[in-house]
Amino acid sequence: MYLDLWGLVGGLVHWLMVDVIGTILNWLHIYALAEWLGSPGVLNIVTILVVALIILIVGMLVSITLIWQERKMLGRFMDRVGTQVGPFGLFQNFADAFKVLVKEYIVPNAADRLIYPLAPILIIGVSMAMFVTIPYSQGFYMSNSSLSLILTLALFGVIPFAVLLGGWASNNKYTLIGGMRAAAQTCAYEVPMLLSVASVVVLTGSMSLMEIVTYQQENLWLIIPLIIGFFVFLISMISEIERVPFDLPEAEAELVEGWGTEYGGMRFGLIMMSEYARAFVGSSLIALLFLGGWDGLLPEFIPAGLWFLLKVLLVFTIFIWARAALPRVRTDQILNICWKRLLPLAAINLFIAVFFKSMGWF
Amino acid sequence: MAEMWINMGPQHPMTHGLWNMRVKVDGETIVDSEPVIGYLHRGWEKMVENRTYPQIIPMADRLCYGSSFTWSHVYCMTVEKLMDIEVPERAKYIRAMSDELQRIGSHLMWLAAIGTDLGNLTVFLYATRDRELFLDLFTSLCGARMTYNYCRIGGVRNDAPENWVRDLERTLDYFEKRLKEYDMLIDKSKLFRMRMEGLGYMSAKDAINAGITGPVLRASGVKYDIRHNDPYEVYDELDWQMCTHDACDTWARYRVRMMEMQESVNIVRDILKKMPKSGPIRVKPPRAAPVGTAIARMEDPRGESLMYLVGDGTDKPYRLSVRSPLFVILSATPQLLKGSKIADVPSILGMLDVCMGETDR
Repeated sequence: MYLDLWGLVGGLVHWLMVDVIGTILNWLHIYALAEWLGSPGVLNIVTILVVALIILIVGMLVSITLIWQERKMLGRFMDRVGTQVGPFGLFQNFADAFKVLVKEYIVPNAADRLIYPLAPILIIGVSMAMFVTIPYSQGFYMSNSSLSLILTLALFGVIPFAVLLGGWASNNKYTLIGGMRAAAQTCAYEVPMLLSVASVVVLTGSMSLMEIVTYQQENLWLIIPLIIGFFVFLISMISEIERVPFDLPEAEAELVEGWGTEYGGMRFGLIMMSEYARAFVGSSLIALLFLGGWDGLLPEFIPAGLWFLLKVLLVFTIFIWARAALPRVRTDQILNICWKRLLPLAAINLFIAVFFKSMGWF
Repeated sequence: MAEMWINMGPQHPMTHGLWNMRVKVDGETIVDSEPVIGYLHRGWEKMVENRTYPQIIPMADRLCYGSSFTWSHVYCMTVEKLMDIEVPERAKYIRAMSDELQRIGSHLMWLAAIGTDLGNLTVFLYATRDRELFLDLFTSLCGARMTYNYCRIGGVRNDAPENWVRDLERTLDYFEKRLKEYDMLIDKSKLFRMRMEGLGYMSAKDAINAGITGPVLRASGVKYDIRHNDPYEVYDELDWQMCTHDACDTWARYRVRMMEMQESVNIVRDILKKMPKSGPIRVKPPRAAPVGTAIARMEDPRGESLMYLVGDGTDKPYRLSVRSPLFVILSATPQLLKGSKIADVPSILGMLDVCMGETDR
């Protein structure tokens, strides 16, 4: 059971443009405009825009839910109740958003006037663009490209560049060091991450997230043969989305707020928001690649998208748990963990995948 | 990247209190550093010269917000030495007990601070939660949470309230369970140990030469504790162990303070056993002190605190000088920090348990 987003939106747009507006225009004897509005090209573009809007809104809503989940669960881990604004603290995010919206827009005197406003736009835009490739179920997706996995990881690769730009352009020592750290850390962790992704690609023979999930539905969840790869990918992903214990770029104890120190007001709010958007994309990648995506019990009764969201929340719970239990790791220790521990493990995992594939077991 | 100076303070999340740690970094490695203090200087030593002896007690409380009782205690001991007053037995026990409870409270505040320094908010909240119990104990003992105004020249202000022993026993039982929880959360965690082991090395010789005292010195393996080496009040009648560690690094400083909390619990239990059940708690001191000098020292949670008093025969001190343990320890920070990374600065300095009130005075 799943929602066919493209079919639904396409039908709605067709009904609106042809049956409603087209009829009115025909009645008014404006036949050329009616025909233009009813042409496949226009219908397609409008459908794409509407679907993109829906995907963006759903992605934002899930990200906000993740923030709420983190606040509540972190509170419980720490023996307190967590946020309490509104029913179950659900309105805290909106209160925060309103608060940062009314803040003054400040640009530091010494900052680079061109790059300083540009960097957050790049970060937020790229983070939101990642929603495009994430399918929620067989029917609920924005794009079904055969290279959607590579596209997502490539978008992840843009973030350290933007962070470095923002940190440098702020012209502040804390932000500069934070930006450098972010660049070093995320670049390093992309290597084991890509290696563990490669093992998935080897087994499934596809780079499309849809096909990877279909493969897991037909065979078995990839966490079983690729358990090492799962942990490597999980740890790399925590580092990639800069969460505790790898939140060095914004180590608030020594670098105030890291590379984002000089960004205030809604920029700060959107940067925080984009971090959770990336956390959502990271959790959903883990769910899609290793936990079977929307594969679940009773597919006839329970919507596939619900299973997917459940797994995303479950993976994010691991992130929250790590944040509650662990301290921040030092820069050199982070790189040590990456090059000395994760990289060999990822290589072993890749060998296992190749071995399974060449034996013809999968 | 060229070498550059970074200001960590006076308004910075790393500094607990107003001070400035300037570090010179080459990339992420610290090549030089310089502590800048004095932001909280209130002219304490000059202010007390215009106050009568009892009026100084609440001011001594405000030397350090974290361990106010120990400071008013050391002040009262100094004045008692000058006036040659013998404190009643029960008052001595109550003072020692309050000292130890204060030590636990102060160490818990330090634990909370290093939690945020290392980037983990859970430790912070757990430690503040447990500290609240000891603040409650002090509230029932003397009515205040942080600045107690409890110690008096010649004893303490009032006796312990009803049900005091019962409340204390319950709190200690609960707290010992919590200590095991900290053990599981921090000591058994590889990442926490990675952030602490091998950092800020200071050998016993260097530590003694720098004049460092307290838990930081004992973490360098030196067996030096005023409670043991120069016992005041009733510490020579109690049986307790001095907590030392041989690792000389940040991890050792952490362990020594955690062991001290456990040891303080044992001391309080021992005091409850040996304390006289009733008796006078206060003698009336003379209004004016004689001409002369007096000196008293004690084991503050942060090190050796000492006061030197010059009396001129009036009811106000001619001069009252304070030896702050942290003032000395902070001057040794460049040596501790040299060669470590920026990320280690909060970890190393957090273990010193910085309190600017007593440092700047």
